[in-house]
Amino acid sequence: MSVRIQEADFDVSAEIAALRKGDAQVGAVVTFLGTVRDMNEGSAVKEMALEHYPGMTEKSLEEIASQAKERWNIRSSLIIHRVGSLHPEDQIVLVAVTSSHRGEAFAACEFIMDYLKIAAPFWKKEETSEGGRWVDARVTDDAAMARWVKK
Amino acid sequence: MKIELRFFASLREVLACSQETMIVPESLKTIADLRSFLRQRGSAWAEALAEGKPIRCALNHQMVDFQTNLEEGAEVAFFPPVTGG
Repeated sequence: MSVRIQEADFDVSAEIAALRKGDAQVGAVVTFLGTVRDMNEGSAVKEMALEHYPGMTEKSLEEIASQAKERWNIRSSLIIHRVGSLHPEDQIVLVAVTSSHRGEAFAACEFIMDYLKIAAPFWKKEETSEGGRWVDARVTDDAAMARWVKK
Repeated sequence: MKIELRFFASLREVLACSQETMIVPESLKTIADLRSFLRQRGSAWAEALAEGKPIRCALNHQMVDFQTNLEEGAEVAFFPPVTGG
C-alpha cells in the first residue's frame, strides 16, 4: 500500500511497473486515471487549483487503501493525488491495484476511487472565463459510495 | 480549553483565516458548540457557519460529526464537502 500527495506529474507506466515488480502472484493490474476537463457546469476551465489538508489527507487515503485490502483479495495498491495548479488535460489522480485475478482488482480500484471522492480532504477551485469558483460536491458521489456499504 | 482551528477552501477564503490557536470557554462541549460560538465573531462567521450550511468537520485529522466532543489541545477543522479525484 502506498499513498502519495504531490505537485509533480507522474508516469503511469513507471508507477505500474514499480507496483508489480517482484510479485509474481500478480495476474491483474487495474488503474484509474483522473484528468482535468476543459469544461465544467457550462463554463470553460482555464486552470484548476487543488487544495488539501496536509496530514489528514495522507491518513484518510491510507485508511481507504487499508479498507480495500481488508475487503478484497488484492496484492497491493497505489494512490497518487496531485495538488497545486493544474490545467486541462493534466493528470490529477492515479489509483492502481494489483491482484491475482481481475475481479478483485476492478472492485477494489472502483471502491478506492468512490471512497476518495467523498472522504479525502481535497478541494478544487476552477478559474473560468467568469472568474474563480469552488467546485461543488456532487450528489452522485454519495450515491456511488452508498453502493459499497455492507448490507 | 485550547483548540487549534483550521479552515479550508471556500470557508478559508470567506473567513480570511486558515489557522488559528484559540482559547475557548470550558462550557463548549461539542464541535457543534464551537461552531455556534464562532458564529458570534461577526457577520462573515455567522453566515459561513450558519446552521444548514453543508459544512464538514474533522477532529485530529478524522472526519467526524458535529456532536463529537472537543478535547484539550485538539485540532478542529471546518471545510466544505470534499471535491477531489
